[in-house]
Amino acid sequence: MGEETKTMRGLEAIRLAIEEEMERDESVFLIGEDIGRFGGAFFVTEGLLEKFGPERIRETPISENAILGCAVGAAMVGMRPIAEIMFADFLTVCMEMIVNQAAKASYMYGGQISVPVTIRVPFGTGIMGAAQHSQSFESWFMHVPGLKVVLPSDARDFKGLMKTAIRDDDPVIFFENKRAYYLTGDVPLDKDFTIPFGQARKFTEGDDVTIVATGAMVQESIIAATKLKEDNIQCEVIDPRTLVPMDKKTILNSVEKTGKLIVVDEGCKTCSVSAEIAAIVAEEGFQFLKNRIIRLNTPDVPIPYSPNLEKAIIPNAKLIQGNVKKLI
Amino acid sequence: MSSDELPKDLSSDELINLYKKMLLIREFEQRITKDVGRIKSPLVHTYTGEEAIAVGACAAINEDDYITSTHRGHGHFIAKGGNINSLMAEIYGKEGGICKGRGGSMHVADFSKYMLGANGIVGAGPPLALGVALASKMRNEDKVVLTFFGDGAANQGMLHESMNLAAIWKLPIIFVLENNMYGWSTPVHYATPIKDLSLRAQGYGMKGLTIDVNDVIEVYKTIKEAVDFARNGGGPTLIECKTYRWGGQMTMDADKYRSTEEKEEWKKKCPIEAYKIKLIKSELIDKAFIQKIEEDTLEQIELSVKITKKSPKPDTNTVLDDIYKNPMNLGGN
Ligand SMILES: Cc1ncc(C[n+]2csc(CCOP(=O)(O)OP(=O)(O)O)c2C)c(N)n1
Repeated sequence: MGEETKTMRGLEAIRLAIEEEMERDESVFLIGEDIGRFGGAFFVTEGLLEKFGPERIRETPISENAILGCAVGAAMVGMRPIAEIMFADFLTVCMEMIVNQAAKASYMYGGQISVPVTIRVPFGTGIMGAAQHSQSFESWFMHVPGLKVVLPSDARDFKGLMKTAIRDDDPVIFFENKRAYYLTGDVPLDKDFTIPFGQARKFTEGDDVTIVATGAMVQESIIAATKLKEDNIQCEVIDPRTLVPMDKKTILNSVEKTGKLIVVDEGCKTCSVSAEIAAIVAEEGFQFLKNRIIRLNTPDVPIPYSPNLEKAIIPNAKLIQGNVKKLI
Repeated sequence: MSSDELPKDLSSDELINLYKKMLLIREFEQRITKDVGRIKSPLVHTYTGEEAIAVGACAAINEDDYITSTHRGHGHFIAKGGNINSLMAEIYGKEGGICKGRGGSMHVADFSKYMLGANGIVGAGPPLALGVALASKMRNEDKVVLTFFGDGAANQGMLHESMNLAAIWKLPIIFVLENNMYGWSTPVHYATPIKDLSLRAQGYGMKGLTIDVNDVIEVYKTIKEAVDFARNGGGPTLIECKTYRWGGQMTMDADKYRSTEEKEEWKKKCPIEAYKIKLIKSELIDKAFIQKIEEDTLEQIELSVKITKKSPKPDTNTVLDDIYKNPMNLGGN
């Protein structure tokens, strides 16, 4: 049998998912800045204007609040908008529509409506973006009941999770790691290939240490795990893929086996994704732990412009490797 | 063209300085864009073609008046008197940069020159200008604030809130709208239904003007009038400067959304060339003097390149410095 796949980059996998869903469902449309002729800041939506026309690929002025207002309002009455915010950093401009409107509507109105909006946001370091174009805000949104938070790390997951996000009836914020845009992978061509939310993905198996990582840190962890094999240390690399809902079970099962946990994410340390995961394991899997939990994060500092400073603060394979050895 | 057109309140030196500054901005950016590919920063925005705005506007305020800038801030930085060595070193992420390599091109700032910073968030400058102007008013400092922003930024909610608040409190702010016809790839005629964005001023009960910025002198005169009005308690003015950016949106932009004809047409309206001709006609300078200015400018820039190259990369041990001004209270008795 075997599924039919095609090798493509992460950004192309997102595009394919959007394209297929737009063909499938008339109520799906895109809204954002420079997403048409220009194809979006990272070219994710390139070619879609030609294919679907300006009614469904709606370019806006630079007005993030209006973009989100439009998307959330349309979603409240049954459309399935996909809003693009050029850089996650600019989410600050349209927080109101996300946090107080989209996230609250279903509950606050007693379940009368749903808000099936997908909010796409490129995030992370690696392009000399400095303090206002490099941030990782994903943990902020985990703190807002009513939102689902998705953070894929490779091309295959980009496609499957994007399709699920579009079809989901709740507001989904979809974090797209800039480095993962350029990673190639084999992507299923099946038009109904979706990945359910709340299912972590295990990249490597092992009995020694569990490494839970997100975004660009997944690749770094895989590199570290491969290197550690040479020293006969077997790591289990797990990517939760969706932060809300969080697949606690896969993580706890792994820690039960290894007794050791490292959590790696690109956000700054305080109140980060890694803080939440560490807390879950400390609370619900304390009996499994044979050593302290280690969290590897960017320190609590704005992202500096100079590449050598940026490099110095972002966790990488070497750092992960060293810390695994500390736990052994 | 007669020398009558040149403003009488500027000395010959000041008039020549306008030319020098515009040329310095132009050549500085030409030099760095040649090199920027090498440092792999996709987010460097040049001001080429728009120089008359920053230079004309900054000439109309005092040294201790403030400006807020945009992501396209090199021109504002230089026009406000910032040092090009520390500007270049910043763009290259060196320790000798004005922000010690932490900020980069989109965040150049020189507070000693009352240049309150380039800004990566489109539309974030004008709300800050409110507070700066308010502080000046509360302390009776008699200062004005020029807040630069683009035609793209003009559509941010922040801009509308800012113009309204500035108007009701009569804050000494000049909203300098740099309409270069595009916000990234989006043409201004798509993003707004009105021809002249200055029309919006009416809705806030302030004066609005649209000017052609091919002419640095016209910029100077228009801004000067608004500055005098603001300093005398008259409140804010919105001045829309129609211009064009010659280069792409930024270093990573292939610029496929604008036609070659359109670009060439605008290049014919070079503000620096136009002013040079005006200066020569007015007999303030001659061709030999022009040549001397050009040579000096290039020399200054080469010196910057040398200084930048020599400047070390920031020490990674200092990466956590400057996050807070006061030491963190670590508690624990
Ligand atoms: C809040 C926010 N939204 C979007 C962007 C991305 N962006 C950077 S520059 C730009 C275009 C700005 O256009 P304009 O204000 O006209 O200034 P110009 O670049 O033309 O000088 C955009 C959309 C941003 N930096 N900040």
